[in-house]
Amino acid sequence: MPHPTDIADNTSPGAAQRSSLSVALVGSGGAGVMTAGNILLEAAATAGYYALMTRSSGPQIRGGEAAAMIRIATHPVECMDDRFHVLAGVDWENVHRFAAEISLAPDGVIVGDPGRGEAPLVFSRSGAAFEPLPLARIAKEISGGRANMVLLGYLAALLGLPEDALRQATASLLGKRPAALEASLVALAAGREAAPAAARLVLEPALAGPAARWLVTGNEATGLGAIVGGVRFVAAYPITPATELLEWLSPALASVGGVLVQAEDELASINMIIGSSFGGVPALTATSGPGLALMTESLGLAVAAEIPLVVVDVMRVGPSTGIPTKSEQGDLNIALCGLHGDAPHLVLAPNGVADCLQTAQWAVALAEALQAPAIVLADQFLGQARAVVDSPRDPRLYGKRLCAAVGSKDYQRYELTADGVSAMAIPGTVGAAYTADGLEHSERGTPSSQAADHVAQLGKRRRKLELHDYGALWADIEGAGEFAVVTFGSSTGPVREALARLPGHIPPIRLVSLRLLAPLPRDRLSEALAGVHKLLVIEQNESGQLFHYLRGVADLPPESSSLRKPGGQQFNPGEIAQHLIEWSGT
Amino acid sequence: MTEAATATIPVPSDYKSNVKPVWCPGCGDFGVLNAMAKAMARLGLRPEELAVVSGIGCSSRIPAYTACYGFHGVHGRALPTGTGLKLARPDLTVIVTGGDGDGYSIGGNHFLHACRRNVDLTYIVMDNRVYGMTKGQPSPTTETHWTSKLAPLGTGINEFHPMAIALAAGANFVARGFTGDPNGLADIIVQAIETPGFSFIEVLSPCITFRPEQKDWKKTVRHGNLSSTADLALAARQIFSDDGMNLGVLYAGARPPYRPPIGRGRVAAADLAAEFRI
Ligand SMILES: Cc1ncc(C[n+]2csc(CCOP(=O)(O)OP(=O)(O)O)c2C)c(N)n1
Ligand code: SF4
Repeated sequence: MPHPTDIADNTSPGAAQRSSLSVALVGSGGAGVMTAGNILLEAAATAGYYALMTRSSGPQIRGGEAAAMIRIATHPVECMDDRFHVLAGVDWENVHRFAAEISLAPDGVIVGDPGRGEAPLVFSRSGAAFEPLPLARIAKEISGGRANMVLLGYLAALLGLPEDALRQATASLLGKRPAALEASLVALAAGREAAPAAARLVLEPALAGPAARWLVTGNEATGLGAIVGGVRFVAAYPITPATELLEWLSPALASVGGVLVQAEDELASINMIIGSSFGGVPALTATSGPGLALMTESLGLAVAAEIPLVVVDVMRVGPSTGIPTKSEQGDLNIALCGLHGDAPHLVLAPNGVADCLQTAQWAVALAEALQAPAIVLADQFLGQARAVVDSPRDPRLYGKRLCAAVGSKDYQRYELTADGVSAMAIPGTVGAAYTADGLEHSERGTPSSQAADHVAQLGKRRRKLELHDYGALWADIEGAGEFAVVTFGSSTGPVREALARLPGHIPPIRLVSLRLLAPLPRDRLSEALAGVHKLLVIEQNESGQLFHYLRGVADLPPESSSLRKPGGQQFNPGEIAQHLIEWSGT
Repeated sequence: MTEAATATIPVPSDYKSNVKPVWCPGCGDFGVLNAMAKAMARLGLRPEELAVVSGIGCSSRIPAYTACYGFHGVHGRALPTGTGLKLARPDLTVIVTGGDGDGYSIGGNHFLHACRRNVDLTYIVMDNRVYGMTKGQPSPTTETHWTSKLAPLGTGINEFHPMAIALAAGANFVARGFTGDPNGLADIIVQAIETPGFSFIEVLSPCITFRPEQKDWKKTVRHGNLSSTADLALAARQIFSDDGMNLGVLYAGARPPYRPPIGRGRVAAADLAAEFRI
């Protein structure tokens, strides 16, 4: 949660120190923008700051212009700030393409090599001052020196990051190449020297050391949560922005005795994990919207045959190929309602980078306990953002399946138990062989077209999800008052920050961030919203998918409305704060 | 099977369940069920160590008729399901079954990649050159001129050549059997299971309801006419001069199966977090 006093964007211009500063590093392909960005992020972490980095690049497959967007703060951050304080360009080739993503603060600075011409007008017209830095000349004087490192040294000094932290971070990222490291350290020092002695944009000192913090992406956190939860088999087909999750999982799984298989398509992925899970090995696949669409038939099979599994959908802008590299919360409808027939299943959504770990782990635990498929809705922002976060605590949720014992008498795989969960026989178990079936079946598993069997099994499959006690994890509930905001996933970060900026300005507002979207714990939601007169549902898509879902299944206050933002660009806290002021005032 | 039963010599009936097949009387698929049970008994495998996986179709109903662990999934996806099961549970013997529509049409891509991946599976396709379950539409192996309600003038499309494709795509064992010869078919299934890697068996399995003329197959098949070789070029020449009625093993190779290690980790899951600590 942001520091309650953080009103980063409202810090008065010219203030000596800031609790949050945002930097955009840009340049053409090969300029080393990402390397510099990663070092800056790690330096901030080492110096005891929280930080968040997202990246953007041009449409070229390789070597296009790139932007590393970094926010450094004295408090945890789960979204980008409204504006950037520093725009630093190794060069300006094509970087006007990032104009929509990088809005500069009027009291900000633009740093660049005067020899490379002026910064594009879209940036300079913000009023930000231009600080010339002869990058090429300085770099040329250093043997093996590179402009990106000179710029990085300058930036670190500008922000007030300790020199040691920067050197340490550089060593940790470039340590394997001693020659490059040496030249980089000289270049960093030269850049630092060129920085103004009394910088205008300086961070407040970090409150604590970096102890008990992680530097992690949402995709990595999801992968770790899945493995800790018990997943040992993954089959998947590459797709942006889920690919990094698979690339992290592949060696990680191998090291713990699991396996990742690259399937020929998503139809194969989902059915391979069904096979693995049927065999008793907890399994997962990760994809994005187009892949999830291909998997829906077989998700129905997993519902009917009661096969535990997890599908992570790292959402991107859809429909169709959409904008593969940008984030949107547009797959909620297909995740909730995309299956044919009456097919109760689980849908979860992590609401922060670190929360990806907990939510993935919980998804494995729920899928295994309830013998049902779970869809986890992450998104491009959460998946690819790299953040400094407080070490996530282990939620101690592990996949545990009710299995049939050897020699079970009169074993019935789909027995109609009170809680709906029936023992699953793992192949190899003597005396319990059965055929798992997507055809409707009797309790024994024998195919049946009898209405009575169908009704009984439908009820069983619904009951097991509805009767389960999901505990407190179903949502994060914060604050009190007669106004409430309901949101989910990556929209939670900017909503939280907006609320933290507003105390005193508006009536108190409750926040409910849903982690469990299906089955929706309706009673708990009613409880969480007790006394609320006015409700706002906030989500990042065009049609208001969460809003309409909640209107359909929950009792919402009559005065309920929706704030939506399509377009692939995450909400920023300022625009939400502005909306909340207007909304709560009427 | 009880402990007492395992001590005795297994017989085919140990591998059949008491679920009554939905098949039409005289359907070729009965012969496959019998041959499978014979092969399993001959191999002496315990039913619980065997898994039979299928998609959708008349032929795909077979898992529930065995006493083994079974998986009756969705149309066309039996091979991925079997692949996931075998990779996760290398200790099991996995047999994937289905029809020509299931395997070559909706599941065609998986067929190619299962051959290429060469996981240690046995894939039995009951080829009746028709969609039986949906009542008589042409399949990828249906003859060009065979007419039906859906294609009254015939398909006008050349038939698919599964054995040639299996060979080209990298299957390690390729054979053809016939349901009218359950003993010969059982021999082939035994060999297929014993050969490491992906084993493909095309079984001529008449659909007496929608292709009654296939009853004549018992007269037109040629037993033992394919000669087994480990030479791909020889096998290819043989299969391209074949009219689809020659029975036997075409190819038994020595391609190494895909067998990624599972269950052999050196790291505790929680220790993976170390790389993220600052
Ligand atoms: C996705 C999907 N599409 C279509 C069907 C309908 N369908 C069921 S079986 C089948 C064809 C079966 O033919 P084949 O695999 O040759 O098996 P056979 O019945 O002849 O043994 C079709 C098209 C289905 N079940 N699922
Ligand atoms: S329709 Fe054909 S394939 Fe299906 S059961 Fe009857 S005979 Fe067999």
